[in-house]
Amino acid sequence: MSTASIDPAASPLVVVEGLKKHFDVSAPMLERLLSGAPQRVVRAVENVSFSIGRGETFALVGESGSGKSTIARMVVGLLERSGGRVTIDGTAVDDPTVGRAERAALRRKIQMIFQDPYASLNPRWTVGRIVAEPMRVLGVVKDARAIEARVGELLGLVGLTAADAVKYPHQFSGGQRQRIAIARALSAEPAFIVCDEPTSALDVSVQAQILNLMADLQDRLGLTFLFISHNLAVVRHMADRIGVLYLGRLVEVGPAEDLIDRPRHPYTRMLIAAVPDLERFADQAEPARGEIPNPIDPPSGCHFHPRCPFAIERCRREMPELVDGVACHRVADGEL
Amino acid sequence: MSPPVLSVRDLVVEFATRKGPLRAIDGVSFDIARGEVLGVVGESGAGKSLTGTAVIGLVEAPGRIAGGEIHLAGRRIDTLPKDEMRRVRGKQIGMIFQDPLTSLDPLMRIGDQLIETIQTHTAATRAQARDRAVHLLEEVGIPAAAERLMAHPHQFSGGMRQRVVIALALAAEPDIVIADEPTTALDVSVQAQIIALLKRLTRDHGMAVMLITHDMGVIAQIADRVAVMYAGRIAEIGPVRDVIGRPHHPYTAGLMGSIPGLRSEHARLKQIPGAMPRPGAIPPGCAFNPRCDRVIERCRAERPDLSPFGHTSAACHAPISRETEEAGR
Repeated sequence: MSTASIDPAASPLVVVEGLKKHFDVSAPMLERLLSGAPQRVVRAVENVSFSIGRGETFALVGESGSGKSTIARMVVGLLERSGGRVTIDGTAVDDPTVGRAERAALRRKIQMIFQDPYASLNPRWTVGRIVAEPMRVLGVVKDARAIEARVGELLGLVGLTAADAVKYPHQFSGGQRQRIAIARALSAEPAFIVCDEPTSALDVSVQAQILNLMADLQDRLGLTFLFISHNLAVVRHMADRIGVLYLGRLVEVGPAEDLIDRPRHPYTRMLIAAVPDLERFADQAEPARGEIPNPIDPPSGCHFHPRCPFAIERCRREMPELVDGVACHRVADGEL
Repeated sequence: MSPPVLSVRDLVVEFATRKGPLRAIDGVSFDIARGEVLGVVGESGAGKSLTGTAVIGLVEAPGRIAGGEIHLAGRRIDTLPKDEMRRVRGKQIGMIFQDPLTSLDPLMRIGDQLIETIQTHTAATRAQARDRAVHLLEEVGIPAAAERLMAHPHQFSGGMRQRVVIALALAAEPDIVIADEPTTALDVSVQAQIIALLKRLTRDHGMAVMLITHDMGVIAQIADRVAVMYAGRIAEIGPVRDVIGRPHHPYTAGLMGSIPGLRSEHARLKQIPGAMPRPGAIPPGCAFNPRCDRVIERCRAERPDLSPFGHTSAACHAPISRETEEAGR
């Protein structure tokens, strides 16, 4: 694991500014015109900004509908943004003014690991072909023999063997498949890997193997991670800094230990109290209040106010800004 | 002590395959007392869900119960004819599954589903059944219960649906509730509410609960005792605090060490090498021996049975004893 002493502001590898994703969920236009129904927009991601330092792991946590996977997809360019900017190593992602060569160079630097290793590997391809694909497409290694040697090396790096290259994905367990997905991600020698719930589909003992492997690889290769998860304990274990999302907005950002040990935003506090922990036995966990509202029709003001035990009149009217790592009126006023 | 509500003895479940029978559950025994929550924990393929399925008599061909006995409230149920078992299932056993939508009829109003279930298993009139349905929905924490009777399942959120499923499971006042991953599909904040609800209901109704889950954290929150399953057998069983705090089986210890905690300071997670063997590829001796760091010669030859160590029972030839544990710290 990388050290907590990294200063993300010094020279961030990834800068995300004012990221937005709006989905139009209204009825078809003609129907809308006839019935006079208004246009309806889901603000899945609204004004999210963060930066990730070189060699740092930044984690985004949130429950369903918080927008964490949508952000991951926009950062790697799999999903079009509705607004905002993503800059990786000084180059803007999806910027028409960026030249072809620069864009290709940028693409090499970014890779992604997905949640479901059963869906993310082509079942008809051999492991060798799967792992070689990015370096072939991106032209990292061109000579066929060199590619084969590199595939063997990569498989060794993730705890498999070079002989596994001739096998097919169905011959491997879930944990081994995730190792193959990691080898593929490393194939183009990226600087930055977006990991979207990389261990959520795995059993705990296998999850531990994969998390340890990812931490080792980060140490050896100086990788930068954007880590998406719903599991606070996993995030606490992996991340240097954590951002907490609620209904598409960042409500709190801070160093991992501080955020988990001394959460400030009422939502973060509730989330941490709700985690069933091995060190906390029966009758000690506090049940949270209410459920996540429908993102089509979020509550006014601070989206969290209907579930917040500290909400005041102002929270119902006014959306709090992220100030000093927390988006909460009561925290900003020093009342919490 | 009163006799157990549920008693499972030497349960064996086999699947017929072309290569001969495959043993998925191999000699599982446990009891659940009135008002007690037994957690059954294990990784995918350990046989925890199949054990639950066997108890409710729903093992489907090519699978079959090939050995052992299951007693519910003093009566043997694994040999009952199909329609009699169906009555037992509705009346004496309540069921809660992972996905609430599979337990609810999407075309039927919530109220009708509850009323029908209540009337099937009791002599209540429709009016009495309706009152009881409202009462049940109130009890599981659904606001404006009387109005919500008219709603269809899709009008509820995931957490509220699971509350309805719990109300349905309680409708016939069963002796035991079998809950298979009841909170796995829910967000943590909602999961905490459902755990608190299950805990309250168990206490209020003196219900026995068999809680099947892969999440040790959930077990710690709600279970009184826990059975850790590995490759179709119970590796360790005992009071939840002892099993989690002082595991004797190396697999239990490895499992605990591999779970990242909110407060743990370990830089590296403990990992168990390899993966659990599939049925049919289970090694001779102790099924865990190829992955075990305490393996001795005997483990490769002789299958261990559960024997008591302190407050728990573990199936291990080289259990972690208090002394070696202390020395290792």
